[in-house]
Amino acid sequence: MQVSVKKNDSEDTRSLLHLAALEPGQEAVLDHLRLPEDISRRLMELGFLPGHTIAVGKAAPGGDPRVYRVDGSEVALRYETASRLVVRRPRKASA
Amino acid sequence: MSGCHDCADCPAAKFTPPPAKAAHVIAIVGPPNSGKSTLFNRLTGLHQKVANFPGVTVEHHVGRLRAEADREVLLVDLPGVYSLLPRSEDERVTHDVLTGLRPGMEPEAVLLILDCTNLGRHLLLAAPILNLKLPTLVILNMADDLRNRGGQVDVAKLSAELGAPVALISAASGEGVEKIYQFIQGTAAGRAKVKAPLIQLPVLQDIPKCRRWASEVGAGAAYRAPEPPRWTRRLDAVFLHPWAGPLIFLAVVILVFQSIFAWATPVMDGMKTIVEASGEWVAPHIPVPLLRSLVVDGVWSGVGSVLVFLPQILLLFFFIGILEDSGYLARAALIADRTMRKFGLQGKSFIPLLSAYACAVPAVMSARTIENKRDRIATIMIAPLMTCSARLPVYTLIIAAFLPNRPLLGPILGAQAAALLGLYVLGFLAAVLTARLLKSSILKSGGTPFVLEMPPYRWPTFRSIGLRLLDRSRVFLRKAGTVILVVAMLLWVAAHLPLHNGKAPEIAQSFAGQIGHVMEPLIKPLGFDWKIGIGLLTSLAARETIVATLGTIYGMEGEAASHGLQQALHTDLTPGGALALLIFFAFAMQCMSTLAIVRRETGGWKWPAVQFAYMGVLAYIGAFLANQLAGGAVTRLIAFLQ
Repeated sequence: MQVSVKKNDSEDTRSLLHLAALEPGQEAVLDHLRLPEDISRRLMELGFLPGHTIAVGKAAPGGDPRVYRVDGSEVALRYETASRLVVRRPRKASA
Repeated sequence: MSGCHDCADCPAAKFTPPPAKAAHVIAIVGPPNSGKSTLFNRLTGLHQKVANFPGVTVEHHVGRLRAEADREVLLVDLPGVYSLLPRSEDERVTHDVLTGLRPGMEPEAVLLILDCTNLGRHLLLAAPILNLKLPTLVILNMADDLRNRGGQVDVAKLSAELGAPVALISAASGEGVEKIYQFIQGTAAGRAKVKAPLIQLPVLQDIPKCRRWASEVGAGAAYRAPEPPRWTRRLDAVFLHPWAGPLIFLAVVILVFQSIFAWATPVMDGMKTIVEASGEWVAPHIPVPLLRSLVVDGVWSGVGSVLVFLPQILLLFFFIGILEDSGYLARAALIADRTMRKFGLQGKSFIPLLSAYACAVPAVMSARTIENKRDRIATIMIAPLMTCSARLPVYTLIIAAFLPNRPLLGPILGAQAAALLGLYVLGFLAAVLTARLLKSSILKSGGTPFVLEMPPYRWPTFRSIGLRLLDRSRVFLRKAGTVILVVAMLLWVAAHLPLHNGKAPEIAQSFAGQIGHVMEPLIKPLGFDWKIGIGLLTSLAARETIVATLGTIYGMEGEAASHGLQQALHTDLTPGGALALLIFFAFAMQCMSTLAIVRRETGGWKWPAVQFAYMGVLAYIGAFLANQLAGGAVTRLIAFLQ
């Protein structure tokens, strides 16, 4: 299922990257989830909704899985899942 | 992982059917980890009658409400859900109960419990629940936490927004719980009215819209989210530190095992003295010699030798309780995930496997949350290889009998605790390697991703830990008083027949002895004699029974009375045979309850038969190799440690 925030600004597509590419401590806004419907739904119920800000927290030894802070809670995801979540850097950070 | 309240009761025979003419049923529903079970235990208290209902879905607990003398109010604790869209099987239970698809279980009212430190997200569930149009009390739990972290919510405004009464409580401390009683009394009097929320409910399938609705409701109730949990961040900086984290993980594991041995010993010695003294005290009061022998040799030596292990099992559950309640277990799962993945295990298999350390029965049941059928079967198949608490008495008895307690790492880790830890690791490795084998052959699957919510750290409460220990004691004592008692008495009878001139034969010539001797050629290569053979046979009912059996046999021979069970074992087992016996117990499927639950969960005898066979073969080969190849090494190790 593709859930995304509609945008006409083509400039913005260039600042898209996947969640797993963020460094610890960085923040980004979720754009859409590139995952099968049942899994996206589960993640959206946990707060991974397009438009929400996600912050990268601590990780397990070796850097994977990682804890993400979103919508008031902390959720651990493996790299393989986090790399399917497409995020946008906040404007000030990408500038 | 809430744990099984009553795993001895899970086998099919003992569940209570739902009441035919339903009493007043009130459902407790909420997202995972919002405090449902804490509230359930508080409301039902020690009078709770926990029953497990079979079905294709995850269990739900039913308990009678406290302080309702004049009418029957049943509380139903449902599995935690984030929404009411029935996708996985556990969510279907919650959905079915709430929508009245379970006859005899139709709820009259709903207690919706939400964590108010994260109200925005938790209110998501309010939309589908309010849409049921049942009288609903919205319970905002963790009020103390909200206050301490500077959060705020206007209960009256929220109540107006939602069109439902709202109670701000703390299930852990009991603050505000009286409002729940008032609501329940109100439903009885028909005072509970169902009103529509101020802001119209959104389309339930659209999660982004539901979330916006939740935000609007929260804003209308002047909700101010609390500060981030500062202590959780600080503790995570330590527990999830790149190198300190794994070290702490290891230290925690070692601490648990060392204290199971070191701390439990004095209490266990005390228990042993009490059991022996009471047996000696009872004996002269029984006039008939044969009856006296039944009571003292059969029941006292048999059941008594198992009872001695109660303190140790309680200590294990004390630690499991602290790790679970504090929130550390989720971090441990995170640290262990990388290792689990190497064996092809998906994250969701982790929780069932962890709960298998207590008992395989709830572990097999909690595998229901795994949507993928092949993953679920694979998890069910390996769960009994994890070291359950029923193995603990067997392990402790044999380790303490053969291994001297030399400190290995100063006072931190003794040889006995290290051996016990080794057996737990052995069970774990056997489980994950079997999983790997199953998943690369007959149970191939794509799998589901690892998604684990990290709860904030909380202080475990004495009340919650105490309830668990009480519950566990009940389960243990019931097992000792039923299965183990019956087996001990049957064994005593089999050991006293056939009568010769009205006198019981020597145990070696008795029926029990004959059965043992028939088995002996088969188990001789493993280093076991006929007495151990009888123990293996009786332990098919439940693993601890072997301890009771050996207690009875040696009790009749007079050996246990003079030297104690540990010394008596030395006459029948070589060190190699002792290792073989430990390995046999690590692998063999000796638990009727587990087989029964696997049959129920997989819908037939095929998988339990496969499980019994593969574990039996593994146990036999493992014990054979241990006895044949490692006997000399074990003897040298013991000599070295002495």
